[in-house]
Amino acid sequence: MLQVLLALIPGTLVMTYFFGWGILFNIVLSVFFAVSLEALALLIRKRPVLVFLGDFSAIVTGWLFALSLPPLIPWWIVLVGIFFAIIIAKQLYGGLGYNPFNPAMVGFAVLIISFPLEMGLWLKATSFAEQSFGFIDSLRIVFGANMSPDWDAITMPTPLDAVKTGLLTGMDYTEIVRKSRYLSDSFSNTWMWSGLAFAAGGIWLLYKKIIHWQIPVALLLSLLFFSVVFHLYSPQHYASPVLHMLSGATMLGAFFIATDPVSASTTPLGKLIYGAGIGVFIYIIRVWGSYPDAMAFSVLIMNMAVPMIDYYTQPRVLGHKRKVDL
Amino acid sequence: MTSRKLWRFHGGVHPPFHKEESNQLASEFAGIPAQLVIPMQQHIGEAAEAVVKAGDKVYKGQKIAVADHHGISANIHAPTSGKISAIEERVLPHPSGLPGLCIVLDSDGKDDWGDCKLTPYSDYQNTEVSELLQRIRESGIVGLGGAAFPTAVKVSGSLNKAVSTLIINGAECEPYITCDDRLMRERSAEIIEGIKILQYMIDPQECLIGIEDNKPEAIEAMSKACETEENIEVVTIPTIYPSGGEKQLIKILTGKEVPAGGLPLDIGILGQNVATVYSIYQAVVKGIPLISRLLTVTGNGIQRPQNFEVLNGTPISYLAERAGGYTKMAEYLIMGGPMMGFALRDDHIPVVKASNCTLFVSSTVLNESNSAYPDQPTLPCIRCGKCMDACPLNLLPQQLYWHIRARDFERAESHNLKDCIECGACSYVCPSHIPLVNYYRFAKGEIREQTETQEKARRARQRHEFLEFRKAREKREREEKRAAHKAALQKKKQAAAKARAATNGAAGDASDSKADAIKAAMQRVKAKKQARAQQAKKQTKEQTKPTKDAPGINK
Repeated sequence: MLQVLLALIPGTLVMTYFFGWGILFNIVLSVFFAVSLEALALLIRKRPVLVFLGDFSAIVTGWLFALSLPPLIPWWIVLVGIFFAIIIAKQLYGGLGYNPFNPAMVGFAVLIISFPLEMGLWLKATSFAEQSFGFIDSLRIVFGANMSPDWDAITMPTPLDAVKTGLLTGMDYTEIVRKSRYLSDSFSNTWMWSGLAFAAGGIWLLYKKIIHWQIPVALLLSLLFFSVVFHLYSPQHYASPVLHMLSGATMLGAFFIATDPVSASTTPLGKLIYGAGIGVFIYIIRVWGSYPDAMAFSVLIMNMAVPMIDYYTQPRVLGHKRKVDL
Repeated sequence: MTSRKLWRFHGGVHPPFHKEESNQLASEFAGIPAQLVIPMQQHIGEAAEAVVKAGDKVYKGQKIAVADHHGISANIHAPTSGKISAIEERVLPHPSGLPGLCIVLDSDGKDDWGDCKLTPYSDYQNTEVSELLQRIRESGIVGLGGAAFPTAVKVSGSLNKAVSTLIINGAECEPYITCDDRLMRERSAEIIEGIKILQYMIDPQECLIGIEDNKPEAIEAMSKACETEENIEVVTIPTIYPSGGEKQLIKILTGKEVPAGGLPLDIGILGQNVATVYSIYQAVVKGIPLISRLLTVTGNGIQRPQNFEVLNGTPISYLAERAGGYTKMAEYLIMGGPMMGFALRDDHIPVVKASNCTLFVSSTVLNESNSAYPDQPTLPCIRCGKCMDACPLNLLPQQLYWHIRARDFERAESHNLKDCIECGACSYVCPSHIPLVNYYRFAKGEIREQTETQEKARRARQRHEFLEFRKAREKREREEKRAAHKAALQKKKQAAAKARAATNGAAGDASDSKADAIKAAMQRVKAKKQARAQQAKKQTKEQTKPTKDAPGINK
């Protein structure tokens, strides 16, 4: 788990560089809330607190959850999300190892449904030096201390958002790309850079054999496959594969979220199916659903299918002919 | 030593092997302890039956217990001469820690064979195969690799089958154990001779001796010993646990897989451990039954780790003393290796035919290779799948664990629990320190018990159903009998009546004949009455007429 945290650092730094202190505040707040709530729950459940905190799983959950939040989101929204992640999705199911759903994604799903407005307020990405808010200002916004900025002026839709609303209003894809600052100039596309940074961390995890290759590879390939096919079919109506692969939560999700071993499929073939399933759902929801991004919902949907996938994908045991007696 | 194509089995691990501790010194004879405790059950199958009684004097090599002839079993011989002091229950070297019947032999120190040595077959090549098989059976040889399956049974099963490959297992993959290593280094010629006996008996196309590459001296010695043998090949295999598992070694050497639930013989392979082959040599060529074996005494809990030639039934405490006594680190006593062995509670327990190692070790060191001896707290399973990657059978240990914890044994079985060889590779890699194999053993035991209970219930039900059936049948039979009886009676009556009717009246139907019968009867009665009346008249006449010669009272 500690190595997972290390692997998150490059992506986290890139996001902080583009979005400012808000990203770090989110992480500090969520990790703090996650560890506190986990400790509290362990105390109530009469489990050895230090032993279970020592596995770093609460920190990982808090960190991953934080990375999916827009910067400068009010602290209490973070708390609500973490509460659902740690208490409802994890501890009430029996704690680490017993949660059928990915806790961070449960927390995120609750927030995106309950607070769609706040969850959509992504600051304009600039370099760190040009940030509109310094440390203190950011702090005041997060804690709501008489500081209500003019959100319309300082936020900007994410690339996936821009594409979604653009296509809905009848624009065609090339037009959207031309109009969006992120999409027209790939160097200023912060999303692409952070995606690449997360991918680098993920590849390091693969190299270290912390995660198995099947889930990220299957997820990315299935998403790539569908985005290529539809983009080729109608480039005016379907976003480019590059956008799908390097925007939103694709890389973070493929390497860090979908690979959560507890809630993912565990057999080699099952992992391929599980990863590919998430890729399919991401594409479906992004293109035809109501949400611009879909990592959380796709992961949660596939979490539900895990027991069945695992049962029917048992590997062939030495000396056995068929894979499973159906 | 040639290079040949080798295969890989799935998974496998590299625990700390700790071989150097015990493989440096040459093996020595451990000596004759004052008392030997010889269990009657030291092989797979039925316990042997004692043929001596307390107070008997026995010679070395004398058969003191015979194989149960109803099933799979093996003879047991006196390891030395002396007096039987008791035949009683003693704690067995078994994970259960339960007692079992043992012959207690007080040695007299003379180590006297008497005339109990069997006749050596110096020229086994001209001896009937059945005779050699009988010798193996007589000598009580069992698989010395750990399973202790009676060798004669295994070999006889291969006699009428085509065996393509004879595999001699010298892998010795379990950490700490080096007795096969020393045996191969020190007695390679005898092992090769033993192999040749088996070759003569079962005539395999080829014979492969598999040895892990961490035993270069053994490989060299064995290669040298079989230099002139065309049909025996020493194959160096990579060191990976559990390469010495029978199915794993077969896969490595031949690429073939033993079908689940089947035997190596089903794919034309016979496997034998090097130590077993050595004892076949001893029995056939030397006439010595299986009364001793090489055994590793090792671990950081013992002063001078070494291999010993140990008499069957030697108490572990005697061996510990022989190896210089305990150190402060002696926290655990393990029978076997750290991966597959089991902990014993005290050191008065004897070693048996299948014992290849007594490991005295501290918990910290033991925990390096087996989390069943916890040093750290057990954490929840996070389904990381390391156990799955390590499993040499390609099972899903994490899923098995999950279902067994939920006591869903049916699901565990559908995840092929019974294929698990309990090698402990999963527990070794588990980052949460879960003693996985303990769960599998537990579940196997529960399933066995369940099946037995079900079988009992099935039999009881069958008995009950049969009882009910029998009751019903008896009732039915009684009723049928009664009905038949009744019918027969009726028939008889009718027949009788018919017969009468036939005699009385020539013609007429049933009712006529009846009426006739009545009439006839009445006539008969009438006739009788008349006859009687006439007689009475006659009598009165005669009475009134005085008789001359009768003495009349009236006179």
